[in-house]
Amino acid sequence: MRETQTQLADKSLNAISPLGYPSQLIGPGESFESVTEEIGSIVLQPGARQPKSWWFGATVAFALLMMFFFAISYLLYRGVGIWGINIPVAWGFAIVNFVWWIGIGHAGTFISAILLLLHQKWRTSINRLTEAMTLFAVACAGTFPLLHLGRPWVFFWLFPYPDTMGLWPQFRSPLVWDVFAVSTYFIVSLIFWYAGLIPDVATLRDRAPSRVKKIIFGILAMGWRGSAKHWQNHQSAYLLLAGLATPLVLSVHSVVSLDFAVAMVPGWHSTIFPPYFVAGAIYSGFAMVLNIVIPIRKLYGLENLITERHLNNMAVVMLATGMMVAYGYIMEAFMSWYSGDIFEQYMMANRAFGPYGWIFWALMLMNVLIPQLLWIRRVRTHPLALFFVALVINAGMWVERFVIVVVSLHRDFTPSAWGMYRPTFWDWATLFGSVGLFLTLMILFVRFLPMIAISETRRIVAEKREGKLS
Amino acid sequence: MEAFTPFPVEGLSENLGQKKSFVPLIVLICGIGGGLGGYFMEWYAMAVSYPINVGGRPLNSWPMFIPITFELTILSAALAAIIGMLALNKLPEPHHPVFNAPHFDRASTDKFFLCIEATDPKFDLRATRTFLETLKPEFISEVVK
Repeated sequence: MRETQTQLADKSLNAISPLGYPSQLIGPGESFESVTEEIGSIVLQPGARQPKSWWFGATVAFALLMMFFFAISYLLYRGVGIWGINIPVAWGFAIVNFVWWIGIGHAGTFISAILLLLHQKWRTSINRLTEAMTLFAVACAGTFPLLHLGRPWVFFWLFPYPDTMGLWPQFRSPLVWDVFAVSTYFIVSLIFWYAGLIPDVATLRDRAPSRVKKIIFGILAMGWRGSAKHWQNHQSAYLLLAGLATPLVLSVHSVVSLDFAVAMVPGWHSTIFPPYFVAGAIYSGFAMVLNIVIPIRKLYGLENLITERHLNNMAVVMLATGMMVAYGYIMEAFMSWYSGDIFEQYMMANRAFGPYGWIFWALMLMNVLIPQLLWIRRVRTHPLALFFVALVINAGMWVERFVIVVVSLHRDFTPSAWGMYRPTFWDWATLFGSVGLFLTLMILFVRFLPMIAISETRRIVAEKREGKLS
Repeated sequence: MEAFTPFPVEGLSENLGQKKSFVPLIVLICGIGGGLGGYFMEWYAMAVSYPINVGGRPLNSWPMFIPITFELTILSAALAAIIGMLALNKLPEPHHPVFNAPHFDRASTDKFFLCIEATDPKFDLRATRTFLETLKPEFISEVVK
């Protein structure tokens, strides 16, 4: 599509492409030095660049983290009875939270790995932040399988270590597959994040104003020089890691979904679960990304680097995955009826009209109706509107996991086995406490490490100068 | 000859006559090894060491072994990628003489450096300097090891 003369001249931040979408990947007038300064000074000259609100955020996050530790301590002291779980609802908030956090992590890998393989340049200013988000989300997720165990002190029995009892984990179980999938996901995300960080930390080492910072960043950078050989091996490893992380991200949430799908419970025993869960994971992950990126770009003045085009693109991905999740809901409902199985049919009727029915309709509102606002371009490019839609989707995805786990369990086959689930204070404290852990890690990350990929942003500047940016 | 850039430049390595990276081969070998090792672990545990009848499945229930085999393939390949990359780059390397070049800290921000080492067979102090001047750089400096 050929740009008109006026659009060619308007290279400002708000330029619109011929199709009518925000087109600028990076603000006008950026140079290698300016982007390096803009991103690096947040870490190296915090007095000038860290907003006062960082302290407010750190306080809130730390308070929630303390609540998390308190809830965990009491749990380890008294046991899982402090939660609302019972028979039949033996899996409550812990598993809901686990699936929710893992899902959130998937957006980071999607942006880093999948968008790299698809040559999407708009990933550049958000990939470091979202990779960090993935790491922290997976860390939060990983606490729940450990905590929900009746005997958490023997959690290591899940790993295949040489033990004196001659026992092995039961490798045919998705619960053990989870152990390997989540551990692999965490380690691979950590590797990918660190590989990308090495050149940027080298930049900070070279620009460090104090000896202490120079030594710390120097150790982390391991002597990176930016030679052609370094870059060649680095880019090769980076691309391969992206290629490895792509099937990994698809497999991890599929394995998590199989935790449910291999069971007999109506509402769980569904073949649509793996793709439905993966789409839902990317959906909730992008919602969390937007909830983090929108305040950060405002508070740190990064609108030049994280532009309306990024917000628009993320909103579009969210809309697309939201439609896939909506398709999943429709198929579940249709298959329940079409199967002719009375237990499946009752499951769907109970989900919509039973004691937890109001939660189901709230879910439809949050995950299906409100996100339709994203069809409107003004909503996709207006940071505040997008923030609230993303917040609703984030909460909605938690509610979806609640509906899947709790509502399916509370009434399955025989009415004599039916029950109700009521979350206790400790359930809520552990949930919000895990949010505190996540926020604490994010807040520390934006203070101490470069939150945008500096070397990759320089490449965007170079490509813009050469006219290679679309 | 070696070049130092603040971001990866397409085709620079080929133009400098450097061999292709060995990282992909290392990743492939370690990935396959990890996958085979993982499958062997599962088969040994579930079919030989402590066999248990789970849902009437055969002891060598290979479809059930695939997820973990896949995850371990990815894990070993990823570990090989980062360790292989660092090893091939000879990192960590606390010091290199090129860091003594004036203004070399700009190589990680916005300046591009070319370095010809004295160990190069074609190196001659004056001739090399003249050659470099024909490229019209911002400045030339000599670094002593």
